[in-house]
Amino acid sequence: MTDAIRARFRLPRPGFCLDVDLTLPGAGVTVLFGHSGSGKTTLLRCVAGLERPDDGYLAVAGETWQDGGRFTPTHRRALGYVFQEASLFPHLSVAANLDFGAKRSGGGSGGGTVDRVAILDLLGIGHLLQRRPDGLSGGEKQRIAIARALLTRPRLLLMDEPLAALDAARKNEILPYLDRLHNELSIPILYVTHSVEEASRLADHLVLLEAGQVITSGPFAETFPRLDLPLQQGADAGAVLVATVAAHEADGLTRLAVTGSDLHLILPRRPEAIGSRLRLRVPARDITLTLSRHEDCSALNQLPGTVTGFVEHDGMALVSLDIHGALLLARISGRSRQRLGLEAGKAVWAQVKAMALP
Amino acid sequence: MFDSADLAAIRLTVELASLVTVLLLLIGTPIAWWLARTRSRLKGPIGAVVSLPLVLPPAVLGFYLLVLLGPQGPVGQLTQQLGLGLLPFTFAGLVVASVIYSMPFVVQPLQNAFEAIGERPLEVAATLRASPLDTFFSVVVPLARPGFITAAILGFAHTVGEFGVVLMIGGNIPGKTQVVSMAIYNHVEAIEYANAHALSGVLLAFSFVVLLTLYTLNPSSRGRRLHD
Repeated sequence: MTDAIRARFRLPRPGFCLDVDLTLPGAGVTVLFGHSGSGKTTLLRCVAGLERPDDGYLAVAGETWQDGGRFTPTHRRALGYVFQEASLFPHLSVAANLDFGAKRSGGGSGGGTVDRVAILDLLGIGHLLQRRPDGLSGGEKQRIAIARALLTRPRLLLMDEPLAALDAARKNEILPYLDRLHNELSIPILYVTHSVEEASRLADHLVLLEAGQVITSGPFAETFPRLDLPLQQGADAGAVLVATVAAHEADGLTRLAVTGSDLHLILPRRPEAIGSRLRLRVPARDITLTLSRHEDCSALNQLPGTVTGFVEHDGMALVSLDIHGALLLARISGRSRQRLGLEAGKAVWAQVKAMALP
Repeated sequence: MFDSADLAAIRLTVELASLVTVLLLLIGTPIAWWLARTRSRLKGPIGAVVSLPLVLPPAVLGFYLLVLLGPQGPVGQLTQQLGLGLLPFTFAGLVVASVIYSMPFVVQPLQNAFEAIGERPLEVAATLRASPLDTFFSVVVPLARPGFITAAILGFAHTVGEFGVVLMIGGNIPGKTQVVSMAIYNHVEAIEYANAHALSGVLLAFSFVVLLTLYTLNPSSRGRRLHD
């Protein structure tokens, strides 16, 4: 991939040392995930040039932004940055905030969408242009900050926990706009978060950081359900699948084809048109395992699969399954796991209840 | 009410204070910016030197300036070699002395305003393609505007009010270096209390208006913060 992102940084900091070497896809959303202090924001700031590691290499879309001591300052990098707080300039109107970056990057050769009207429309802020930042809600400010970053025609969009400073209602106001960005932008997005919910909803690629080190980096569908990573320790363990609507069936149900596998899942009727993409969450507690197919079972999805591994903790077992090439997790009791003899390689039937993410 | 010497003193004072204020903003802004942003070990010493006139008796400052700028002083010898002549007892000498004397009154409000702005607006501007110089004029100056207003008013007012330094470096030459405070002193010496009252009244009213302007325009001299 010629348009991929290559990033190698070593930056000692009090308390930890950021030491990463990554190749990231040149499209879609890469989520940098980790607890606070894991170095995810520092990594994003290195990519932006807001931190200057003595030792580092960074190339984005075929352009070298850092090579050891050769360092392109932030204002010469074709990137957009959305900070945790919206950080609109208080002395400028919304329109002037949007123009600030747009006019300084005029004529730039960046890819992606540059149509101002389309961007205003995408973020639903066309009616706010004449307002001052003081009078706006947190959600509106953050949408304007995102638009302001996009209007600089970036080749890479960096987002540092853009929802963390907002309450739940504001988060839900912005998330649909982020979905739209995800679907409509051609540039790659690096998205820093410590929220499993945001990662589940947005990530195509996942980088897991801990104490300044990369624990894993890989496609989301393969990385997220892994049992050896700290992602699946909570009570809401589960897999997240990307799927397309395959058919609306005659009896009112919808059939979805899971991307990257042969798995099909049946859900109650979905409003989306055939061919549209959606994300499904399959909570581990909503999967039941049996050793044979049950004809007298009410579950919509009863699928054959293979156990690929398990972990046990506090009398409960989290079992990972390969079902038609898709990775799923099931939470059952340790006693049931022993009684059924579930170990890697064992064939099972899974009753699966999936729900679409909003 | 005012004789011609008084009017000349008022005009000279306004000219001096205006010129000094402009110079102070030009020189003080980069100093304040450096003091607000640097992590250098020199921050302490330089900050102390700039603030020295706050605590130093004006007569002491004036005496040292007189020695430095005088015919035997290093600066005096330099100005003579450059063909500028000697600065003491000239308007130019008053300007130099006043700039040094009033510097902390300009640097400190500016430094506070710059520090209150913080790092974030500068980072935001950089990610929006603004060069550091561009950022200074399009983001820092507007955000620090209250600080600039405070600095200009304090610098002007403090220059108008100085006495000791002016006496040492400027002498008391009517029409040339005699400012209002010197004229008042002369009137009191000559027991011309009516004239002294008139000029003092002008300075009193001026000082009150200055402070009133500061407090109404600018309830807090801190810079505004970015909107979260």
